[in-house]
Amino acid sequence: MYRYDEFDRTLVAERVAQFRGQVRRRLDGALSEDEFKPLRLMNGLYLQLHTYMLRVAIPYGTLSSRQLRRLAEIARRFDKGYGHFTTRQNIQFNWTRLEDVPDILEALAEVEMHAIQTSGNCIRNVTADPLAGVAGDELTDARVYAEIIRQWSTLHPEFSFLPRKFKIAVSAAATDRAALRVHDIGLRLHRDAGGGLGFEVMVGGGQGRTPVLAKTIRDFLPERDLLSYLEAILRVYNQLGRRDNIYKARIKILVNEIGAAAFAALVEAEWARIKDDVLRLPDEELRRIRAYFAPPPYETLADDDPDPARAARAAPGFADWLRGNVEHHRQPGYAIVTASLKPIGGVPGDATAAQMEGVAEIADHFGFGEVRVTYKQNLVLPDIRKSDLHAVWRALDDLGLATANAGLVTDIIACPGLDYCNLANARSIPIAQRLGERFADLDRQHDLGPITLNISGCINACGHHHVANIGILGVDKKGVEFYQITLGGAADGAGAIGAIVGRAFAEHEVVDAVAAILDVYLSERRPGERFVETYRRVGLAPFKEKLYAPA
Amino acid sequence: MPLKVITANRLIDGRVVYLTRANDWSRRLADAWPAEDEAEAARLLDLAEAHVRARRVIGVYAFPVVRADGGLAPVSQRERIRTFGPSLEWPPMARGA
Repeated sequence: MYRYDEFDRTLVAERVAQFRGQVRRRLDGALSEDEFKPLRLMNGLYLQLHTYMLRVAIPYGTLSSRQLRRLAEIARRFDKGYGHFTTRQNIQFNWTRLEDVPDILEALAEVEMHAIQTSGNCIRNVTADPLAGVAGDELTDARVYAEIIRQWSTLHPEFSFLPRKFKIAVSAAATDRAALRVHDIGLRLHRDAGGGLGFEVMVGGGQGRTPVLAKTIRDFLPERDLLSYLEAILRVYNQLGRRDNIYKARIKILVNEIGAAAFAALVEAEWARIKDDVLRLPDEELRRIRAYFAPPPYETLADDDPDPARAARAAPGFADWLRGNVEHHRQPGYAIVTASLKPIGGVPGDATAAQMEGVAEIADHFGFGEVRVTYKQNLVLPDIRKSDLHAVWRALDDLGLATANAGLVTDIIACPGLDYCNLANARSIPIAQRLGERFADLDRQHDLGPITLNISGCINACGHHHVANIGILGVDKKGVEFYQITLGGAADGAGAIGAIVGRAFAEHEVVDAVAAILDVYLSERRPGERFVETYRRVGLAPFKEKLYAPA
Repeated sequence: MPLKVITANRLIDGRVVYLTRANDWSRRLADAWPAEDEAEAARLLDLAEAHVRARRVIGVYAFPVVRADGGLAPVSQRERIRTFGPSLEWPPMARGA
């Protein structure tokens, strides 16, 4: 894992001291709320419905067990005993007090964490494939580049007042687990014909009120040119992006207005001026960062460990979990485990302090003390010996984190919605809870196969509803919650934006509507066809027919 | 005009509060001072803004309520949730996990 150097440490410590002073001046009256608000937002502190919410950055979703324990301590000492893992691989504390925030930031700084780049019109905390470094289908550890981007982007003076927020995601895997196509910039590592490492650069993706899939503006960017090319993109956006209308300020609008080819030409022209200058990554620096992400001291193991298979026969629940929540690891004899934060009837992404401490304990005891956060709001234990899988399953089960639903219909992404969020129009979490309860049966879930079902409580789309196979968007109709359903979205591969199926459903109708959609899939599907494949073949018509048939 | 109550968040800890008849703030909607007409609502908002300048609260606004069961009840879902807390079971332990 990356460890802070003296620059990181100094920067974060100075920021804590600075914010402590700003909070004191706010409480003393030297700063008005208008003056203070941008300062608190630069430190991830929002005012939500019930109180202040602090959003803490988890760069590229990688945490040490020590950091996770500290998050648990903060949840217990300064919040109500839990935290909420977000679709940006971050964590939010929903019940913080302004007067406590300097102490929270200090507690975070002690474990090399902070809340910088979690709000405001800057380059936000960089996200990445949560299985980076361990996935069987990965070319190289994407976190090396994510960390380089983090160092370049943090407090970047030229890009601290962009037209709007800016999100960058990185993946080096065949399977896209980072939703690259819905980021302002998506970077996919691959090799060129000569075997050199570089990036496919996708620009102008985003969700919100205008969902757009990012367009590839360069097929291959050599790795050494990463920062100069990013700087060129940001510079073009910073100059030409709209500042007169918040809804038209994201880079996706600019790319759409002038066209991807024209945008690419502007970037290439700017890049030509700066590419051979100070931003060219030196070999030595690449090696230095790469060393932080060196593989842990794996044992040499046979890949075919008989223990899990034997234990699976003995415990049926374990077999389900092995099937759903365990993935192929690049190192023989090891596996990647998803600890589901989607227990049936639970709150997607929420973890109690005890659960966080329990996961940290498992990571220390069975792994190498590392935990990942996924944008799907689950936790991942990246380095588990196959022979320990049964013990890990039991330990997770004791914590309530062994629901065997990863990638299935109850692995629901949901934003905090109207239960917490100031922007929301409708509730998300109770809908997710009822859907979870309705489709809890695991045999049925496995029969339905991989399906993404995501819920957002407003058009800002934090719950990724646009790119869900089944997306649910909460809307407000004269003070009453309604839910609009979209079908056919996808966050992986080429990506797809879901299509609206028809008029919105009342709160009491929405679970039945999803059940009807799943019934249509079961009756229409061909053998081996996933939900989204059936949808692409048959289109909206059969779903509409079933949903809106006269009673 | 529907009955209106003045609400805000406390500066120091962000908690939801309501303006009371004593020109003070309470965590309980039951203690709130409902305005019967526009003129009264405007006057109460002025009082509340003075508390913003005094650094007691932030984000002052008025919202509609109705009288119900001898007390006050928010009309909108948003204000119900602000008053009574998230509409879900928590702490968020899974049922049957």
